[in-house]
Order: sequence, then C-alpha cells, then structure tokens
Amino acid sequence: MKYNNLTKVLISLTLFLFISTSQAEQLLMARTNQGFPEAMLKLQETLSEFKYSVSRVQRIDIGLTASGYQTDKYRIVFFGTEKEIAYLSKKYPHLLPYIPWKIAIFAEQQDTLLVSANPMQLSDKKFPGADRYLMKWKKDIEKIFQILRESE
Amino acid sequence: MSLKSHILLSAVFLLASTSLQAKLNGEQLYSNHCSACHGANGDGGVGVPLALPDFQYGVTNDYLTKTIRLGRPGRIMPAFTKLSNKEIKAIVKHIRTWAPGKPFKYSNKKINGNIKHGKEIYAKSCAACHGATGQGGKGTGVTFSRPRDLPVIAPALNNPGFLASAPDLMIKTVLMNGREGTPMLSFLKQGLSEKDIDDVVSYVRSFEKNSAVKKIKEKHLPYLSYESPNSMEETIANVKKAAIGKNFRIIREQYLNEGLVKEGKENKKQMMVYFCNFDFLNRALALDPRVGLFLPCRLTITEENGKVTVSSINPLYMSSFFNNEELDKLCQEMHDVYTDMIEESTF
Repeated sequence: MKYNNLTKVLISLTLFLFISTSQAEQLLMARTNQGFPEAMLKLQETLSEFKYSVSRVQRIDIGLTASGYQTDKYRIVFFGTEKEIAYLSKKYPHLLPYIPWKIAIFAEQQDTLLVSANPMQLSDKKFPGADRYLMKWKKDIEKIFQILRESE
Repeated sequence: MSLKSHILLSAVFLLASTSLQAKLNGEQLYSNHCSACHGANGDGGVGVPLALPDFQYGVTNDYLTKTIRLGRPGRIMPAFTKLSNKEIKAIVKHIRTWAPGKPFKYSNKKINGNIKHGKEIYAKSCAACHGATGQGGKGTGVTFSRPRDLPVIAPALNNPGFLASAPDLMIKTVLMNGREGTPMLSFLKQGLSEKDIDDVVSYVRSFEKNSAVKKIKEKHLPYLSYESPNSMEETIANVKKAAIGKNFRIIREQYLNEGLVKEGKENKKQMMVYFCNFDFLNRALALDPRVGLFLPCRLTITEENGKVTVSSINPLYMSSFFNNEELDKLCQEMHDVYTDMIEESTF
C-alpha cells in the first residue's frame, strides 16, 4: 500500500500529538468545593458508575487530631474490578503491590482534595500488554476527578 | 470510503480535537492543573497563596510563566513541561484576575553587590527562615487543615527554578518592601540600607554557582520483590514477625481481591498484610499531605505454581512523583525498612 507524502506527514503528526498528549503528570489531583462527606459519597457513586467496586475504605486519620492536625477526615479508597484484578495479578505480577488501585481523599478546610498516582507511571516496555489497562484506569480517574471538580 | 480517506479523516479529527483542547480557557486549565494545590481562588494549600495582593504586585508574568514551566525541583511544585506556551499564558492571565492592579515590572539588570557582606547579613537576618544555605523552610504549604506557625513556608532561595525565574530587582524589591500577609518583613524598615540589600541580593544570586539540585536521580524499579523458600503460611507469619520487629502494628490482613468478589470466593493465594507506625505516618504527613498514596504500609504475599513471593511498592520510585526532597529522605528510610522486612521474611 502506498501513501502520498501528505498522508505520511499527517500520520506522523497525529501519532506525535497522540503520544505527547498521552504523557501526563505523575500525580492526578483534583479539588472539589464539596465538603468531605459529600465528596466521599460522590466519589464512591462515581466509581460505581464507571463499573468499579470499592474493595475497602481505609481510615488514615486515627490519631491525627491528637498529633496536632485539624482534620479527622482522611481516607484511602481502594477500587477495581474483579476481572481486571484477576487478570493483571496473574499475567503481570509486578503490578501486585499496586492493586487494587487507590485514591487518597482528604479534607482541606471547606474543600476536599483527591489524589491518585498516574497508573501510566507503571508502564513498562517489557510488559506492553498491561498498558491497555493502565491507560484505561488513568483516563477513568481523570474523568472521575473532573466529575468531582464540577460537583457542588 | 478507502482506508486512506479514513486515515486522513481521523488525523484531521485528532488535530482538531487537540487544537480545541489548547483553546481551553485559563480558568479551566487552572482548575485542572493548579487548583488542587493552590486553591480554587488562589488562597493556597499545599501550594503558596497566589491571590495574596502583595504577591500579585510583586511578581511579573515572566516570573509566573517560568515558575510554571520550570517548577521548583525538589520542592513539590512540578515543572509543567507538557503545557504549551499558550496554555501557560492562559493560566497566568487567569491568576492575574485576582490582582486588583497592575504588577511591578522589573528590568533584568544585574545587581553587583558585595557577596561577602551579603553573606554576613543573610546569616543574621534571613537564614532563620530561608535556611543557612537558602534551602527554604520545611514542609509544604499553608493548610492541610493543620495549624502552622507560618502562613507560608519560606521559599528555597537556592532552588534553580526560583533563581531562573526571579530577576535581581524582584528579589531586591521583596527585601525592601517585605510581603504583607507573610512573615517576610521590609528590611529597609528593619534598618538595612539599600546597599546592604544589594549585597544580600548578590549573595542570593551566588547560590546559582553552588546549586546542588541538579543531581542525577537513580533509576528505581517500581516494586521490591523476593522469592521465599518457605510455605505461604510460614511466609505470612514471618512477614508479621518482621513488621512487629520494626515497631509496626499489624492493622489488617486481607486477600487481594477481597471486597471485589463474593465472600468465600477470594483467591487464598494472594494475601496482603497491612501495618502501620504512627510516628512514621505523622512524619510523612507533615512533609506532604498527599502521602496517603503510600498508605497503609503493606507487603503482598502470593503463591503461584508453588513459588511464594513477597513484594511491596518501592517507596523510592513513588517518591519521585512528589518532587519533594524531604520526602525522598523519608522514602529512603521506608525503602530500607521494606527491604529489611522482605529479606527477613524470606530468609
């Protein structure tokens, strides 16, 4: 199959743009002006809308107020899907310490902050098959965070 | 439609969508990239309060642009290398909507003060907040809903991102006028002469020569993993023993897919042991409230085809996400603890 020069240039440019917009921050973060309980509820609802199950919510705040922090609202939300976790843990065991994936959520005055590592940071040339899942998680987290940002 | 037409159409579509993304307004870009740390209205948080009037007057658009582009290596503020110039300009424009008036303008004129004298004044008047070598105050920004002695953490004056962004005259102006709303005082009012201040500026500028921030970072694997010669049950018992031996409290054991599958259907060959040391936790949270991503501490024990493995995240790998030199030190400590524990439990 032969392509003319314009087509080649367009393909190269498209690939370049796709790759450059795919490279992103190492941490994914969002601030919502919702209070902590509302943001926590919204996060769990939104994860569910994206077909993820919350496997556990870990409190991090026990003892924080005693240590001088003015918040007792800090949680880690672990989430995933049964199929993805089963497949990835078997096929790519190097990912095991990172799954289920997690989002840290904590109060900052009247707002709530959400932080997650960018799953694509675990992308490895030796295991290209895992990228499909890591990229999906990244995109989903970005969308979920955007929903949280826009929630009032 | 031919394959070629499909490719052409797809390319045009992707190009168009990328260009639309670039046209996002400054408010949206700020919300996506900056507000989590600096607050929705620039009132600060993990990052400095950008809306502070004295800050707004005292810094140029060029300073803001370079700060976004270069970040502050090792001091949390990342370098936004993927944002286009137009996007950064839009963000700066949005940040400027909080300023009630026009900011100062500075020329790039170099100040040639007496570095030796500047160093003496710096040691007396500046080092208490900015550190003996200009390394800045400890910790992150203003809140995390936590009482702090200072409304902002003193910036690292030896940071190459700062030095590349701030012209001499800007540093001089801050020294002369102070910065209202922060602990930075006017040193003219504190009794320094303009000549003394020039000397301090030249001393601060001399940090450029000694800036040690350009360290070559080691490449780390994302995980730590050892094979155990023992059975799954023995290895789990060893992991718990090793954690307790390192002054951690076991807070939970659970199967990897617990909560994702029906009760009783868990994979019994994938177990996670969670443990915590509250002193360590508090030290980490004081350095950066986002460290929840490391928490709780965990070792994962798995058995596959009779082979038992103990693995964990590599804190040194994850630390690189945070651009926080203080946190790097703590993560080195945590890395060593994890390594010791895994070695002990797989001996």
